[in-house]
Amino acid sequence: MTTSTGETPAIEFRDVTKRFGDNVVLDGLNFSVPQGQRITLIGPSGSGKTTILRLLMTLEELSGGLILIDGDPYTHEYKGEKWVKVPEKRRRVVRNRVGMVFQQFNLFPNMSVLENIIESPVHVLGKSKDEAVADAERLLDKVGMSEKRDFNTNELSGGQQQRVAIARALAMDPEILLLDEVTSALDPEIVADVLGVLKEIADTTDITMLLVTHEMQFAREVSDRVLMFDKGQIVEETDPETMFTNPSHPRTQEFLKAVLG
Amino acid sequence: MNDSIWRWDRAWEVLPHLLEGLQITVLATVVGMAIAAVLGFFIALAMRTPSRWLKAPLRLLVDFVRMTPIPVQLTFIWLAFPTIPTLAVGFSVLGVHYATYMSEVYRAGIEAVPKGQWEAATALNMAPGRTWRAVILPQAIRNTLPGLGNYAISMFKETPFLFVIGIVEMFTEAQSFGANTFSYIEPITMVGVLFLLISYPTSLLVRRMEIRLA
Repeated sequence: MTTSTGETPAIEFRDVTKRFGDNVVLDGLNFSVPQGQRITLIGPSGSGKTTILRLLMTLEELSGGLILIDGDPYTHEYKGEKWVKVPEKRRRVVRNRVGMVFQQFNLFPNMSVLENIIESPVHVLGKSKDEAVADAERLLDKVGMSEKRDFNTNELSGGQQQRVAIARALAMDPEILLLDEVTSALDPEIVADVLGVLKEIADTTDITMLLVTHEMQFAREVSDRVLMFDKGQIVEETDPETMFTNPSHPRTQEFLKAVLG
Repeated sequence: MNDSIWRWDRAWEVLPHLLEGLQITVLATVVGMAIAAVLGFFIALAMRTPSRWLKAPLRLLVDFVRMTPIPVQLTFIWLAFPTIPTLAVGFSVLGVHYATYMSEVYRAGIEAVPKGQWEAATALNMAPGRTWRAVILPQAIRNTLPGLGNYAISMFKETPFLFVIGIVEMFTEAQSFGANTFSYIEPITMVGVLFLLISYPTSLLVRRMEIRLA
């Protein structure tokens, strides 16, 4: 399957279903994200947007369907008629292309800021320590955290931790970056700082981004496309300008009215 | 005939014996806890494997050890394996008994590591072994230190059970002094005081550790 540009999409969901017990969160979802595109997922809580990111990071298992990354089977594949899990060894190869930043930062508290960032470049990508440290220092500079290099993570404020978490994700040089409500746990006055960092990354890289956020102004600035979710379905999908000024679906109108006031 | 209840000369007389016994008491606690800490860790890990063939018999063994009294276990092992030196029997029965409790401490410590830590490790594509070594265990073991301390105190207080297989620790020293002199009050009181002098400060230390880790 190809997109309008004729390239293989960075991400493709084919008939993706996700159930938690009897609760169907996603039901036969289809969508694809072209290389380098920035997509914001909006919608009421429980609409399945975070589940999409978690499926993409293999933090949850699919109940049915396929997720392809650059056209490669990632979590499951069909062997003949049979729907089977992709073995962990092959998953790991594909997973290297995907990075994630979490709402709760999830830095490793037993490691310093620098150690957090170089851990996987050294142990997963096999970089030399010197190279990983040099890269980490460059990234810490980019997120404005250079002077905290050797701090413990518990000495940092929430906003600082999140900036380190962003640097840590970028250190793996991902093709796809998943941002799961990354400013929701932050004090209001810090939110702008973190969004500024993300804006700069969006402007200076060609990383494909999927973001779940309640920051509608930010979504408007960085995204190429906005998907409105409701009950596990995409109810509307358009450019941010149209979505935020002239949404056509009644559910979108209701939702935006509720969040934007 | 001296009929005062407490005789200081008796108390001073028994003290060197008690201190000798105390060495065995402390040694049993240190060796026993070392066994408990290491074995308990492996029991906790084994309990996490999906293999039912490993888990079911282990569960049975753990329950069995926990549900039977230490003096019975000591005597049974001592009688069943006459070739094993008595001290080794004593230390390892204490160690295995407490290993079953320590495995719970480790289990709780591992489960107390937030889910987000596992998820971050997955997001960074860390291998499972590396996730355990670099992320989970350093945090889990920190969580287990107060439990380790509490069980060390508890084991320390149960070392008098070693008496049943003839290991001469502090309590046994006191008993035999009493038997020889017909003065029991002094040696037994001194034993209590010595236990308290060691276990109380240790418990304060553990409590401080708990507060610091909370």
